[in-house]
Amino acid sequence: MSSPVIAQAGKVADPSSQTSLLLLLLKMRTFVALILVFAFFAVAAPNFLTGANMLIISKHVALNALLAIGMTFVIVSGGIDLSVGSIVGLCAMVAGWLVLYGIDLQIGWSLQLNTLEICLIVAVVGILIGLINGLLITKLNVAPFIATLGTLYVARGAALLFSDGRTFPNLAGNPEYGSDTFKLIGSGTLLGFPLSVWIMVVVAITAAYLATRTPLGRHIYAVGGNERGAALSGVNVDRIKIFVYMFSGFCAALVGLIISSQLQASHPATGETFELNAIAAAVLGGTSMSGGRGRIGGTIVGAFVIGILADGLIMMGVSSFWQTVIKGLVIIAAVVVDQVQQKLQARVVLQSQA
Amino acid sequence: MTGAHPIGLTIRSGSKIYPGTQALKNVDFDLRMGAVNVLVGENGAGKSTLMKVIAGVERLNAGTITLDGKPVVFADRTEAARHGVGIVFQELNLFPNLTVAENIFVGHEKTVGGVHIDRSAQRAVAAALMKRLEQDIDPDMPLGNLRIGQQQIVEIAKALAEDARILILDEPTSALSAAEVEVLFRVIGDLKRQGVGIVYISHRLEELIRIGDYITVLRDGVITGARSMEGVDVPWIVANMIGSASKEFPKTEHHALGDEIFRVEDVSLPSPAGGYVVDHMSLSVRSGEIVGLYGLMGAGRSELLECIMAQHPASTGRLFIAGKRVTEGSVSGRIRRGLALIPEDRKRDGLVQIMSIRENLTLSSLGDFTRIFHLSLKAEAAKAAEFVKRMAIKIASLEHPVSSLSGGNQQKVVIGKALMTRPRILLMDEPSRGIDIGAKAEIFRTMRKLAADGLGILFVTSDLEEVLALSDRILVMANGRLTGDFPAGAAAAEVISAATPNLNKVKSS
Repeated sequence: MSSPVIAQAGKVADPSSQTSLLLLLLKMRTFVALILVFAFFAVAAPNFLTGANMLIISKHVALNALLAIGMTFVIVSGGIDLSVGSIVGLCAMVAGWLVLYGIDLQIGWSLQLNTLEICLIVAVVGILIGLINGLLITKLNVAPFIATLGTLYVARGAALLFSDGRTFPNLAGNPEYGSDTFKLIGSGTLLGFPLSVWIMVVVAITAAYLATRTPLGRHIYAVGGNERGAALSGVNVDRIKIFVYMFSGFCAALVGLIISSQLQASHPATGETFELNAIAAAVLGGTSMSGGRGRIGGTIVGAFVIGILADGLIMMGVSSFWQTVIKGLVIIAAVVVDQVQQKLQARVVLQSQA
Repeated sequence: MTGAHPIGLTIRSGSKIYPGTQALKNVDFDLRMGAVNVLVGENGAGKSTLMKVIAGVERLNAGTITLDGKPVVFADRTEAARHGVGIVFQELNLFPNLTVAENIFVGHEKTVGGVHIDRSAQRAVAAALMKRLEQDIDPDMPLGNLRIGQQQIVEIAKALAEDARILILDEPTSALSAAEVEVLFRVIGDLKRQGVGIVYISHRLEELIRIGDYITVLRDGVITGARSMEGVDVPWIVANMIGSASKEFPKTEHHALGDEIFRVEDVSLPSPAGGYVVDHMSLSVRSGEIVGLYGLMGAGRSELLECIMAQHPASTGRLFIAGKRVTEGSVSGRIRRGLALIPEDRKRDGLVQIMSIRENLTLSSLGDFTRIFHLSLKAEAAKAAEFVKRMAIKIASLEHPVSSLSGGNQQKVVIGKALMTRPRILLMDEPSRGIDIGAKAEIFRTMRKLAADGLGILFVTSDLEEVLALSDRILVMANGRLTGDFPAGAAAAEVISAATPNLNKVKSS
């Protein structure tokens, strides 16, 4: 979408070729940041470049990236979803309950489920909470920040109620019911990579396709760019908004499944503050908080920058307090650079038209 | 007369250029003190721009402003206010969440020691102003609770509170009742006696003739007439507003009109303040026909189009396309049935500014390039390129953001987007607003061509010249009702009088 702009500017005027090079660097800034962070830790942190470490980092990143993909759609549509961390927690508890107890039919019998059925039910739970978010925002006109703040509390409370605040331990499953494969979601590998990373890759590719090559994706950008204009162009704004929250809920449900499977236990506090990391990854990847702008690829790179930064600093023995400070500074720097790029880009486009 | 009314402020060879359009061209303007200087012209003629220059909101690109014989440059609104220039804007600039008194003093609060707001002093002054304006409005009332007309009174009070020596009133009466207009005129009379120079902008010619002392007529950024009000009548104003036969309108190609393609029956939109914004409107458009819908601001024309385009759930009435009832309640459903709207406010309603030209053009017709759910970017780009060529949109690349285009080219993108849905009826709300003459002419030619191809066009305009020159039939709306139905070639005076049915009321009171 942006490369013709640069080519144009370069052709039109020589003095601006410097500008366009700068612009290119700015556009790729998250990627540049990723390379810099990676190179820094490769030198500074021992064992950083080992295969085992790479796998650990990619497993960490996959979780945040999944949430950030859902978050990107929400933010692009002009909203925000604060409830994803709580949905992760609730979905983890639902998964744990289903593995341990199945569904109690209240007649002395219980319905035991296999892994696929458990995954489907958990996904439906996540999607339903997303649907509630969407309905609150579109039909009842609640501001997205408030609506999802509300579901943040409700879902977290529900997660605690599930177990009275206790942890569901030993989610090993039962081969008789076909749920012993549950632990594979978190621990299984395919071609040497963890399953969770594959899930992230599949979701990312699907989301990127959705964003760029379907009318649905285009409509999400249009709603975020100008809601009234989109509505008058025949876009069903409410349906688009409900979809993005449902998709975000689905992504959160996947994360809940992966975490409870990885730990083989469900803790009701799972996923606390995950929503903030997801927002950070999206913003770092160039998603505009005012809507209409953002790309899945950028978000993935943003999630990797945050993940590598966190794990690299731990390996270097930097205190977690400093880690938090550094993460904050990186996010602020990302947004400042974004502003500079926007200004420069507008200038280049005007120049190429003159 | 000149002796009685000294010139307070003058502009010499003032020019103001906006991207894509020149709003003022070498304007010479004299503002006389102790008199009402009326300013008249059609929408987009440059009246508001000229006043914004005097009030310091905009700066001239060329030319000089002289105040009391000394050249001045107003950097911003505050500096102009310090020189005694007050302005009541056409759009209300008020805060519904603050009280009436707080609104009146916003930006120049009465304080004790610069920090503590002296509420009681503010309240007292606000109450005195309300008394002077003969309004029974409590200064502590939140502004949002007032009627629009009362809010406009508060806006006027705000300007009075600044003790301006020059007071600009831009369409102050558009939302006022006849009684409130009388009060305003009395206050204007007071101010005149105190030596305040008043600039008065209005579309209501009868008001201008009644209270004006000097008149200046603007057309397309050029002053076409300036004189004292003595001997001025409506025909003189209209002649100067419209000028001699204009070349920008394409000659009406005579083609046979088809059958009725679109009919509106009994469409109403209740107003939140009681009564109707659109009051049981019925009209019909034949295929190949251009119907111009003329009226003053607030006549309910845009609202009628919005009702047709499913923007007001509270509206009632029936629509028929080629004789078949339209039952679809969604915008996309109505687009599928063959309706398309070019909204009045391009920036707010017509375009997604941060999206590319291609994405804006195809936004309403993505389904045409989609198989199941896969969007063919190649087919989309080809279609967008075809429309860029067909509409003669001047662009460097389809991928540039649409916000980088001039107003005229942006409007062509909006029209292209509507046409891509293959409409049978095109609804156009002020299609020529805010674009330069060249682009206007092109858009008018396009409208003619579309009509010749059998489209039915219903367009709303506040531009008398436009409605007279372009329409096959002219409808006039006032107060939400249809007040006139004229064939092509109707006399300007008749159309104006149909648009101002309140004229007699104001005169008699």
